[in-house]
Amino acid sequence: MSELTKLTLKAALEGLAAKSFSAAELTQAHMAAVEAARPLNAFILETPEKALDMAKASDARRARGEAGPLDGAPLGIKDLFCTEGVRSTACSKILGNFQPTYESTVTANLWRDGAVMLGKLNLDEFAMGSSNETSAFGPVVNPWRANGGNAKLTPGGSSGGSAAAVAAELCLGATATDTGGSIRQPAAFTGTVGIKPTYGRCSRWGIVAFASSLDQAGPIARTVEDAAILLKSMSGHDVKDSTSLDVEVPDFPSFVGKSVKGLRIGVPKEYRVDNMPPEIEKLWEQGIAWLKEAGCEIVEVSLPHTKYALPAYYIVAPAEASSNLARYDGMRYGLRVDGANLTETYEQTRAEGFGDEVKRRILIGTYVLSAGYYDAYYLKAQKVRRRIADDFDQAFEKVDALLTPTAPSAAFALGEKSDDPVAMYLNDIFTVTVNLAGLPGMSIPAGVDANGLPLGLQLIGKALDEGTLFSLGGALEKAADFKAKPQPWW
Amino acid sequence: MAIDAATVRKVAKLARIAEPEDRLEPLARELSGILNWIEQLNEVDTDGVEPMTSVVHQGLPMREDVVTDGGDPDKVLSNAPKSAGGFFVVPKVVE
Repeated sequence: MSELTKLTLKAALEGLAAKSFSAAELTQAHMAAVEAARPLNAFILETPEKALDMAKASDARRARGEAGPLDGAPLGIKDLFCTEGVRSTACSKILGNFQPTYESTVTANLWRDGAVMLGKLNLDEFAMGSSNETSAFGPVVNPWRANGGNAKLTPGGSSGGSAAAVAAELCLGATATDTGGSIRQPAAFTGTVGIKPTYGRCSRWGIVAFASSLDQAGPIARTVEDAAILLKSMSGHDVKDSTSLDVEVPDFPSFVGKSVKGLRIGVPKEYRVDNMPPEIEKLWEQGIAWLKEAGCEIVEVSLPHTKYALPAYYIVAPAEASSNLARYDGMRYGLRVDGANLTETYEQTRAEGFGDEVKRRILIGTYVLSAGYYDAYYLKAQKVRRRIADDFDQAFEKVDALLTPTAPSAAFALGEKSDDPVAMYLNDIFTVTVNLAGLPGMSIPAGVDANGLPLGLQLIGKALDEGTLFSLGGALEKAADFKAKPQPWW
Repeated sequence: MAIDAATVRKVAKLARIAEPEDRLEPLARELSGILNWIEQLNEVDTDGVEPMTSVVHQGLPMREDVVTDGGDPDKVLSNAPKSAGGFFVVPKVVE
């Protein structure tokens, strides 16, 4: 594979600025990598013509001296983002060949800054899953394999295509979304960096909705600095999303490399869960030691309601999903399966269009919102959610950020957990609290397990304090000096 | 709280998803398994706790009540499974 695909986003942007290579050359190198990596099933739609057009337009802009901050950078786009004139499916059969007539705000921001789209990336159907196995296009295969093994592993989910594409050097970065851990867990499983910013930092307009009070976009990249560059472009207030925050976007890349001396880092004792693999415990201790060496002060904190976050999430998220997914009625777009009357048309369209996990969540959501159960489930979950958010507020009175593992294991084999919904849900045990509280969280590759598979550490910050996470993430990245890469077998 | 097949049938009807009879029992078991796991929320004391509906600490923004978009029926209909003469074609709703 070309050396150009091995560059970080930062180095590629510098190379483009120095005219060492053109955007067209950089894009062609990545298109070849994408084509060669089809066995990974990361891209479900390649857009080579569009990519080359965008790259040539970028070269022309640069020649005129009008290059933007991401000009000429080839990216992958999670297929949850609507892209104008380019099929957008959420990896569900129910959207069929849906071709949006509009562009999501986040992707529009990336194109405004000059980025190039290579194609659309695989995900769990409607972002509901932790292994990419619920996709109507089939699972993504993790580019990583265990030492000496050739079993197909999950890249995590739901942003499995994004994480696999970045890890396999098919694109310089990718968009992703995170409702309960869907950026951070795949990042941990693939040795990449992923950040879910504060709720409201990125506009949700044009992103297919799953659970609106939890969904948030963010980047997956190969370095902390690359993630900062991408997040800066993706963020910003948008009048089309009433929950988008009307605040200034900080210069995130400038935080990377800043000293973290004197920062107080909380270590939540409730994250020491039963059956945590000793390697993850060890990595966490190592992360604590790295931050101490960098001059941070470590403080034990308590987040007493941590264990209730997942059950609360599995009421709130399905409830919102059942409501959001009511729009798929077969009338205005997507699949329609004709029945004997209108109701049967709805029922058969949705029976055929949705996969099992999506149906399961719609049914749970409909049940917990139905008359007689609303107070016992939905209202209770909203109150527990408040308790969880209060835990963080109290912890952040004493500390500047928290350090935890990202996921309770390394990547597991495809098929290993697909028969047991609750076992699958437990993947998000360390990440889901952050969504419930609306806080920023970042996963940084920090080491490998005994099988040579990557493991991630998670940093959790105060609302709107992504800057501190980028400084701490940069410090962890430097200390961990994570150099391992998947060996191409595809 | 365990869910039985009759409840699954009712919920599936509410959700407008056709579930064949032979799927009702297995679904009842699956959903009961998830709901039993969720039951642990009852351990949390939530007396006097205000339910959290949004993490955003800002009021919903107001804007002028004017038309900002629209007037493009072709775009609106471009993904319709069935359309004719500038309208969506749908099954008969009123008998």
